[in-house]
Amino acid sequence: MQLTLFLIFGALAVAGAINLLVQRHPIYSALSLVTVMGALAVEYLLLGAEFIAFVQIIVYAGAIMVLFVFVIMVLNAGEVIDQPRSRIAAFLGLPILTLLAIELISRVYGDFGATTLTMGSPMVQTGPIGQSLFHEFLLPFEVTSVLFLVGVLGAVVLAARREKPQVVAATRQQHDQEKAMAAAQR
Amino acid sequence: MVPLSYYLALSAILFCLGVAGFLFKQDIITVFISIELMLNGVNLAFVAFSHALHQVAGNVFVFFVMVVAAAEAAVGLAIIIAVVRNRNTLAVDELSQLGDK
Repeated sequence: MQLTLFLIFGALAVAGAINLLVQRHPIYSALSLVTVMGALAVEYLLLGAEFIAFVQIIVYAGAIMVLFVFVIMVLNAGEVIDQPRSRIAAFLGLPILTLLAIELISRVYGDFGATTLTMGSPMVQTGPIGQSLFHEFLLPFEVTSVLFLVGVLGAVVLAARREKPQVVAATRQQHDQEKAMAAAQR
Repeated sequence: MVPLSYYLALSAILFCLGVAGFLFKQDIITVFISIELMLNGVNLAFVAFSHALHQVAGNVFVFFVMVVAAAEAAVGLAIIIAVVRNRNTLAVDELSQLGDK
């Protein structure tokens, strides 16, 4: 049962990831990534990490991917015409990448092939995660809030449309004139 | 019972597909999406180890990875918007003004 669910959703995740690579339009890539995230949330549930599973759905698939889709929509992003690549990259890229995958997987099997997960063990409850977060990892947690603040400021500064200086000066002049006229009427 | 190595293999496959997307795609948004795919692959390994070793720390790390991914997405997408506004292109190869050519 467990293995069947793992295989079904593992296959779904890999299929979504491959579809992400194959699709040419960014919006399809983003939606395939949502599929991958949903499948991975089920894998987390199988591993007993219910908190992570639901945070995955809410934060990752819900918030971050909506941000991606929103930006794709705002930019009206379309397909990018592929430029020709260098010959070395075209011939060696895929083989080297396959080698990396094989190496990673064989290393995994060599070191952890014997370990099986016993599902009868108690699930990781959300309580201990909170305890750990606010005792053991309190400093990283607080530093994260600073990171977020800087991130928000950076996003606003980068994405804000700057008014042209002349326009600002013109509106300010107009504003001053209006003020002067109001004062004169009074 | 699912062996731990299955989860780690799935994690490795997702990570490698993310690397492939990062290297092969020429669209700046898809490159960014591939980074998220790599982070997801790593998260799966964290959760699997957390379960295998009966430790909560793995789950907390995944939480931090998600937080950093959220901040990174906000700043990265803002950078993409700024790039598109200034250069009017999404192709990675056209952003080469720092090169010598």
